[in-house]
Amino acid sequence: MENLEKEPLWTAKTKKLLTNPLGMENPITVQVLGICSALAVTVKMKPAIVMAISVTVVVALSNLIIALMRKSIPGRIRIIVQLVVIAALVIIVDQFLKAFAFDVSKQLSVFVGLIITNCIIMGRLEAFAMANKPWPSFLDGVGNGAGYGLILIIVSFFREFLGSGSIMGFPVMEKLGLYNFGYEDNGFMILPPMALITVGLIIWFQRSRNKSLIENK
Amino acid sequence: MKDFSNRYIMVFSVVMIVSVAILLSLTALLLQPMQEKNVEVEKKINILSSMNVTSTKADAVQLYDKYIKESFAVNTEGSTVEGVNAFNVVLRAEQKKPLADQYLPVFIAVADNGDTLHILPLEGKGLWGPIWGYVALKEDMETIDGVTFDHKGETPGLGAEINTTAFESQFPGKNLYRDGKFAGIKVLKGGADPRSLYEVDGISGGTITSKGLEHMVHDGLIKYEKYLSQNRK
Repeated sequence: MENLEKEPLWTAKTKKLLTNPLGMENPITVQVLGICSALAVTVKMKPAIVMAISVTVVVALSNLIIALMRKSIPGRIRIIVQLVVIAALVIIVDQFLKAFAFDVSKQLSVFVGLIITNCIIMGRLEAFAMANKPWPSFLDGVGNGAGYGLILIIVSFFREFLGSGSIMGFPVMEKLGLYNFGYEDNGFMILPPMALITVGLIIWFQRSRNKSLIENK
Repeated sequence: MKDFSNRYIMVFSVVMIVSVAILLSLTALLLQPMQEKNVEVEKKINILSSMNVTSTKADAVQLYDKYIKESFAVNTEGSTVEGVNAFNVVLRAEQKKPLADQYLPVFIAVADNGDTLHILPLEGKGLWGPIWGYVALKEDMETIDGVTFDHKGETPGLGAEINTTAFESQFPGKNLYRDGKFAGIKVLKGGADPRSLYEVDGISGGTITSKGLEHMVHDGLIKYEKYLSQNRK
């Protein structure tokens, strides 16, 4: 039976659930999950931010729902149950974006639907929500969504800045007048391979700063 | 994890599916009016932007009523089809019909400078999905006054760039006819001569979308050929 003793909502342990995925357990740079969408939506910052928020909402809520149902989910069909919950949430998010943030929903287009296949979400449901209480699961979801979003925003910042010469759509390079000195945007940055290389550079940077992440040979 | 009986699993699945289905249908039903409004407003913004009128969500409906004087559908013979609301014609559905039965919407607008513009809708294929747009033609029925393009799912930063001003601003002044014959506009992979009346630069990294757009302009407008020649001034 579950320990009925009431735990405080905010402890060092719950705080770790939020902060760990930002660095030491980052879903993208450490667990290398969710790379696919990280490559696809990071050409410009605005879609990347909306994607980050959408994924955070979906992973947090699906973690919460699965954690609430975890004792009644039959083990044999648990993956299907998880997928149904994720898919339903993603469709709801998509419908809301279409109704209230039409422009952004057009920019993200298929990628909102593809949140369903984002490995981070199912990974968190299987690894965490199936075995933990709702509140920690919710925090774990928020933390992982934020960790994913953080990398998306960093990558999209460099890709938009170097590839299109703008930040959040604001033409920085043009305002600085660098084009007059012969500066040109690096078209390579907007192609998918550079997203992979940017993520690789972030992983390299993180590992060089944090030796404990390096596997022993 | 406890072991559950088959009966429990069956009941669990049915309850789960039914409740999720109800939830999703409710969401879709409740949000549908807003989504349809968004689509309608966006269509009006697009039509207006092809004649270089910038509108926002707030004033699009009002500006549309101000500028668009008339809208009707024609057929490939160039004659008007009665009883068709041009605004509600879905081009994708029309393209599946035999050519002679297709409704071709025409929007007549009067610009601020008094010119009458003929705005024609387009729909074609990009790399990942549909692309569409509007072309505003001047009174000579062959010079482009303005265009607007959009897409469903082209790659951001690549094919998706067709809806940017940088790309669209190449079109005004281009000519659809070359030596008296309908030719469309060539979308070239680099090196289009800006002085040429017949070609524009494509999108780097978005070649398939660019080519799709070229075909869309050609195939979409050639259906209007008879209408264009009948109304040429």
